[in-house]
Amino acid sequence: MRFPIYLDYSATTPVDPRVVDAMLPYLREKIGNAASRSHAFGWEAESGVEKAREQVAALVGADPREIIWTSGATESINLALKGAAQFYRDKGPHLVTVRTEHKATLDTMRELERSGFEVSYLEVQPDGLLDLRQFEAALRPDTILASVMMVNNEIGVIQDIAAIGELCRGRGIIFHVDAAQASGKVPINLEALKVDLMSFSAHKTYGPKGVGALYVRRKPRVRLEAQIHGGGHERGLRSGTLPTHQIVGMGEAFRIAKEEMSPDNERIRALRDRLWSGLSEIPEVYLNGDLERRVPHNLNVSFNFVEGESLIMAIKEVAVSSGSACTSASLEPSYVLRALGRSDELAHSSIRFTVGRFTTREEVEYTIDLLRRKVTRLRDMSPLWEMHSEGVDLNSVQWSAH
Amino acid sequence: MSYSEKVVDHYENPRNVGSFDRSDASVGTGMVGAPACGDVMKLQIRVNRDGIIEDARFKTYGCGSAIASSSLVTEWVKGKTLDQAMQIRNTQIVEELALPPVKIHCSILAEDAIKAAIADYRGKREGESHANVAPPSIPHAAKAAA
Repeated sequence: MRFPIYLDYSATTPVDPRVVDAMLPYLREKIGNAASRSHAFGWEAESGVEKAREQVAALVGADPREIIWTSGATESINLALKGAAQFYRDKGPHLVTVRTEHKATLDTMRELERSGFEVSYLEVQPDGLLDLRQFEAALRPDTILASVMMVNNEIGVIQDIAAIGELCRGRGIIFHVDAAQASGKVPINLEALKVDLMSFSAHKTYGPKGVGALYVRRKPRVRLEAQIHGGGHERGLRSGTLPTHQIVGMGEAFRIAKEEMSPDNERIRALRDRLWSGLSEIPEVYLNGDLERRVPHNLNVSFNFVEGESLIMAIKEVAVSSGSACTSASLEPSYVLRALGRSDELAHSSIRFTVGRFTTREEVEYTIDLLRRKVTRLRDMSPLWEMHSEGVDLNSVQWSAH
Repeated sequence: MSYSEKVVDHYENPRNVGSFDRSDASVGTGMVGAPACGDVMKLQIRVNRDGIIEDARFKTYGCGSAIASSSLVTEWVKGKTLDQAMQIRNTQIVEELALPPVKIHCSILAEDAIKAAIADYRGKREGESHANVAPPSIPHAAKAAA
C-alpha cells in the first residue's frame, strides 16, 4: 500500500493514465490553435477539440453543438446563471436555488442579488433531498431561472432532476443543473431530462483540472449573455483560445466514463458499502444524507463526540475531507450538514470519505481499522464522550458561549 | 493546514489526559467552550495543603491546537500556586505553540479553563469554611439547565 491513502475523490480524481496518453500529443506535436483556419496545425487542433466535444456530449445524451468549453464547473455555473439571468431579465427578477448548493452557485446568486435579482434559497429535508412540493410552491410568475445540483458534493445525495425539470419547463423557467459531481457516477440523458443548462467539470471524472463544459440546450433554444468577451470563440459565448490538450483530456475521460461507468460503479459501491459496514460498528456513528439516493462512491459520517479536524489529524495516513471548516476564522460547521438539521456537534464531527477508480479493498480495510483505533483514542480524551458515558444529556447542559 | 512541531508533539503525546474525582475537595474543575463552537475543554487541578497545584488533568473535544493548548497548560500549572497559575496568559500559549491567528481562540479557551478550575476550587474552600456543606460536583461552566 502507498501512503497516504487517497479517499478524497470528490475533491478531485487522479487523471486516468489513458487520459494523460491522449493529452500528451497535444502538448508535444499537435501544437496548433483550434481557431487557425489557414493551416494543418489549426485543422488538427480543431479536429481534436471537436472529437472531444462529441465524447462529452455522448456521455450525457446531448448534441455536440450544445457543448461549450469553459475553464471548469465554477465558470460554467457563472456563465449559466449570470448569462441566463441577464438575458431574460425583462421577464422577471426571481431566481430559485437550494441552500445546500456548492459555493459556486450560492456566491453567484449573491452577486445576482447585488445587481437587483431576488433569490429564494430552499431548505432540504433531513435526508438532504429537496421537497418537490416546496420547490413548486417557491416558483412564481416572475421566476425566470432555477438552479439545482444533481449530486451534492458533501453528502452525495442525488436530486430528482427529472421531476424538477418538468416543474420548470411547464412554467417556462430556465433550469440549470450543476452536474460537477454527477458525470460518470449517475447516468445522465439530456434527451429525456427537461434541463436547459448543465455544468460539468473534467477533474471530478478522471480528467485534467482547468477544463469544464456547459451544456446549452438548442431545442427549445436557451440564450445567454456572454461573460467573457474577445475573439468570439464558442459561438461568442466564451471567448479565449481553447486549451486543446485539456479539452482532449476531458473528452477521453468522458469516453472512458461512458464505456466503464457501470462495472466501475459496481466495484466502487462495494468498497463504499464495506467501508460503511466497518465504520458503523463503532458506537455513536451517524451517516449523513440518504444512503439509497446517493452516488456509489460517497460516505459522509459523523463520529459523535470527536471533533472532525482532530480526527483528520489523527488519520493522516488517509486523505479525507472534513465537513467542518474549522480552519477558517468563522469556526462554522458545514452549512450543508446544518441544512440537514444535524446538530452543531455532529456537523463538527463529520468526515467525507470518497472512494474511486483506483481505491483497493486493502486500503478500505486499513482505513476501517485506523478509524476504530483513532476514534477510541480521541474519545478517551473527549469530555463530551465522558459525559455521554456517564449518562449526561449534552442538550441539557448550559454551555458557556465563546 | 500545517501545525507546528510542538502542537503535533502535544497532540500525539498528550500530557496528563484523564479525570480526577470532581467531588474531591482538593480538586478544582473547569469546563469551558461549547460543542456548537467545535471545542470543549475540561481542566482539573489537584491542590495540596500549601495551596500548590500538585497535579492536573485534562480532556478536550476540539482541533489539534485545542488539544495541544490544554495539554500544555496541565504541564505549566503543576508546581504553581493558585495566584501564579492565574497569571498564565493566552499569549504565552500562542507563543509556545506557535499558533496561527485562526487558532488563537484555542489559547484563550485554555486560559479560561485554568481560571474556571481555580474558581471552582476556591468556591469549594469558601463553601467549606462558611458551612460544612459539600459543594456541587457539577463543573463550573456545565451546570444542567433547570
